[in-house]
Amino acid sequence: MDPTRSFQGLLLTLQRFWAERGCVVLQPYDMEVGAGTFHPATTLRALGPKPWKAAYVQPSRRPKDGRYGENPNRLQHYYQFQVILKPSPPDLQQLYLDSLKTIGVDLALHDVRFVEDDWESPTLGAWGLGWECWCDGMEVSQFTYFQQVAGVECAPVSGELTYGLERLAMYVQGVENVYDLNFNGLDGEDRISYGDVFLQAEQEYSRHNFEHANTATLFQHFSDAEAECKALLAAGEAPEGANGPQHLMSLPAYDQCIKASHIFNLLDARGVISVTERQSYILRVRELAKACGAAWLKTAGGGAA
Amino acid sequence: MPDLLLELFSEEIPARMQRKAADDLKKLVTDALVERGLVYEGAKAFATPRRLTLHIAGLPVRGRDVREERKGPRVGAPDAAVQGFLKAAGLSSLDQATIVSDPKKGDSYVAVIEKPGQETHLAIAEIVPAVIRAFPWPKSMRWGKASAAGASLRWVRPLHSILCTFGAETEEPEVVPFEVDGIVSGNTTYGHRFHAPGPIKVKRLDDYVASLDKAKVVLDADRRKEIILADAKDLALAQGLELVEDEGLLEEIAGLVEWPVVLMGSFEERFLDIPGEAIRATIRANQKCFVLRDPATGNLANRFILVSNLLASDGGTAITAGNGRVVRARLSDAAYFWQTDRGSLPDLDTFRDSAGKLGLDLAKPLDQRMAKLDKLGVVFHAKLGTQGERVQRIAALAKELAPIVGADPAKAERAAKLAKADLPTEMVGEFPELQGLMGRKYAELQGEDASVAAAVEEHYKPLGPSDRVPADPVSVAVALADKLDTLVGFWTIDEKPTGSKDPYALRRAALGVIRLVVENGVRLRLTQVAKDADLLSFFHDRLKVMLRDQGARHDLVDAVLGEGASSNDDLLLITRRVAALGRFLDTEDGTNLLAGYKRAANILKAEEKKDGEGAFAGAADLHLIADAGLIEEKALAVALAQATPKAEAAVAAEDYEGAMAALAELRPAVDAFFDKVTVNDPDPAQRANRLKLLNQLRQATRAVADFDRIAG
Repeated sequence: MDPTRSFQGLLLTLQRFWAERGCVVLQPYDMEVGAGTFHPATTLRALGPKPWKAAYVQPSRRPKDGRYGENPNRLQHYYQFQVILKPSPPDLQQLYLDSLKTIGVDLALHDVRFVEDDWESPTLGAWGLGWECWCDGMEVSQFTYFQQVAGVECAPVSGELTYGLERLAMYVQGVENVYDLNFNGLDGEDRISYGDVFLQAEQEYSRHNFEHANTATLFQHFSDAEAECKALLAAGEAPEGANGPQHLMSLPAYDQCIKASHIFNLLDARGVISVTERQSYILRVRELAKACGAAWLKTAGGGAA
Repeated sequence: MPDLLLELFSEEIPARMQRKAADDLKKLVTDALVERGLVYEGAKAFATPRRLTLHIAGLPVRGRDVREERKGPRVGAPDAAVQGFLKAAGLSSLDQATIVSDPKKGDSYVAVIEKPGQETHLAIAEIVPAVIRAFPWPKSMRWGKASAAGASLRWVRPLHSILCTFGAETEEPEVVPFEVDGIVSGNTTYGHRFHAPGPIKVKRLDDYVASLDKAKVVLDADRRKEIILADAKDLALAQGLELVEDEGLLEEIAGLVEWPVVLMGSFEERFLDIPGEAIRATIRANQKCFVLRDPATGNLANRFILVSNLLASDGGTAITAGNGRVVRARLSDAAYFWQTDRGSLPDLDTFRDSAGKLGLDLAKPLDQRMAKLDKLGVVFHAKLGTQGERVQRIAALAKELAPIVGADPAKAERAAKLAKADLPTEMVGEFPELQGLMGRKYAELQGEDASVAAAVEEHYKPLGPSDRVPADPVSVAVALADKLDTLVGFWTIDEKPTGSKDPYALRRAALGVIRLVVENGVRLRLTQVAKDADLLSFFHDRLKVMLRDQGARHDLVDAVLGEGASSNDDLLLITRRVAALGRFLDTEDGTNLLAGYKRAANILKAEEKKDGEGAFAGAADLHLIADAGLIEEKALAVALAQATPKAEAAVAAEDYEGAMAALAELRPAVDAFFDKVTVNDPDPAQRANRLKLLNQLRQATRAVADFDRIAG
């Protein structure tokens, strides 16, 4: 599959590249998330002492970015390719550049730059230092050394790479409009474009996100997810003195945290959360994320006994 | 004399931190050298995106020897004292000490300790690792395997190698050996990430700079800036255009490239319909590119300047095309916003209630946005209600304030109702820094009155002590209403600024009110709108800070406010009074009168302690003065009788210069009085009467200011 000919070719090339470098290649998380970072394979696995290498595609939903399919670059649903390497290897920048070469970016022809971008996810209680990676002025990836996740200092630090797949594909295919991307690499009547796959969805979801999502119901769902998360965290605490893992439901609890976060994004897109209120919603999600992170650290995956 | 060359090579350092980091490196290393007595001839630091470099010229090979004499016990002292001396001086036996004789004290031991100067390279090997470990980055990070442990090295981004050589020009410089968290110092650097990534052996600064240049790295940021600016201007000129210069952007770009290659890109002319500010905002903020203008019209051109870090094999065609594509995408966004914001909203019917409540015309796009803002119930602050409610309050207040500032009340009200209407627009959603400006443009497009449209933009002003204060009365009314509503609101819910915390920028709002009032000569009684006494004293404090920042004496504010601070709610009058008082005190009359006043006040204070507070209240007995008083006493009584009502009348008429002039008339009489008259006369009646006279003087000055509160 030629990465410069098809969207799926690009995706498969990246998967193969990182698989050959020791990553477990995972599948997308089966929930609505705003970014690949929310996948527990990143958020939770970044915590604790255990080494971890993973790569996966994650469909990401940003309700506010919907443009009814009329904007050539903005989508409320798009793909991120996510790589997490823990601890961060010393040659991570070079590995990243090698991956660009593999997908057809000629580094003698294109201006690739690492431009400061301190990453912070207030809802995840996470931050890191790194860059936006620019290719001829276009941000094609995020490159972050996690310093803190779920309010916990990362030890060791993970390196995270997030590729914006549509942008990269547009770049290597030389296409100006995302919907014109060749998806399957075929020509003529067998050709499937990105628009064939996603244009209708963008239109429908934009209507939903901006006009029809029922805000009263969403506010209720937010509270429900929050309550469920707390309930699972409480119920999952192992009885005092028990052997083995000290928390038994960190993952299901974290699912509820993800849910609350996505509902918040929808409410935000509907424009019903003001600047000042926004802060308190973000704090509520962060409290959940922190509690889930703390619970994870009490499990085997989090490195507890 | 040998030179030091130090390079710290890392992953990309944020542009905004490079200059300061280079300066810090220079200061920390040179300070530490000087502290050890190692003085140098010159030092210069450099930064590129991937390296901090320090060159120190003319260091000594080793520090000066230090000879120290340490006095010991007398000869024949007890053994304990001798042992203590030997230990402290680092001697193994008394044979190593010398004996000195003193005619009075007798013979005693002295240890002569000779410390040879430390070799400079050893000092460097100690200093540099310490500087690296404690480097003052604004934000630093941990990385890699080492970060599993708590105390691992922190740097701005992963640090990869350290070059450190030391030696004279005539000899082969040596590597200064040390290690920081597994990174061993050496004499290797690396060139441009893509053009010359291989290792380069380095001796000293000369060959270092030359090798880097060959390896496509311009070490000096100022040289990179010069190259960028000169090339950008040349490219612009060749197209008959002019570069819109931007020092902040230039500095940033110079920190993003090691080898600047300046290129010109273009976009479709149709994008020039978008307001120039929005074009510039998007191209600058998102793309870090310069915009160009047509020198004939001053309008932006459909070209931009980009700076790449690569001498591309195709001469930059692909890079220019790529950047152009991104710029076009960004401008498409902006054009879409610009178009959408001027059109009707799809769900107009749902805004009817809001439009009715706020008196908005739903035929107009900006009115629709305000109605939407209200309808959505966007909360301004949980305890202060929605944006819609806030706008209603501001509109009512602006209308009320309009006559005071000389504005048309209807226009002030209308402007206030549109002032926040651009918040839900697409353009402001994308570029928050354009709030106000876009509102004005949309207001103009829907045919609002020029003053109304201007007020939509200007009501945010002034944004700081140096920002322009609006002068159009409509703008002044809305700007005052906006800020006063915020201040009164946050005071009502007791969310006042504390210490360094002022999340709602309330200090800035209060300063804005003061500047609006003072610079426009607005007579506003603050207590009419802000009844809270604490808020009033907050204004007084801000006024003091403002005057102090302007170099005025803030004690004069206290003097003018006097006891009755709470009734002084007219900021314009306070500042005028302070200014008049300041000018008066700068004159000889003023200084002398103040001195006379202080003398009178001190005497009164002392005597009131004896006779009780208020013992000398009331008018002096003029008959007693006429019958038995001295001529100077009579003169003061007459002067007071004339000046006091004059000063009071002038203050009442807000003629502060006049009030000061009236006080000035008192000065010769006061001077003469203190010269000739003994206040504490043995005759109790005379004493009391003279103290009453002084009390009258105190009262007379109080009409103008409380002189007790004036320093000096």
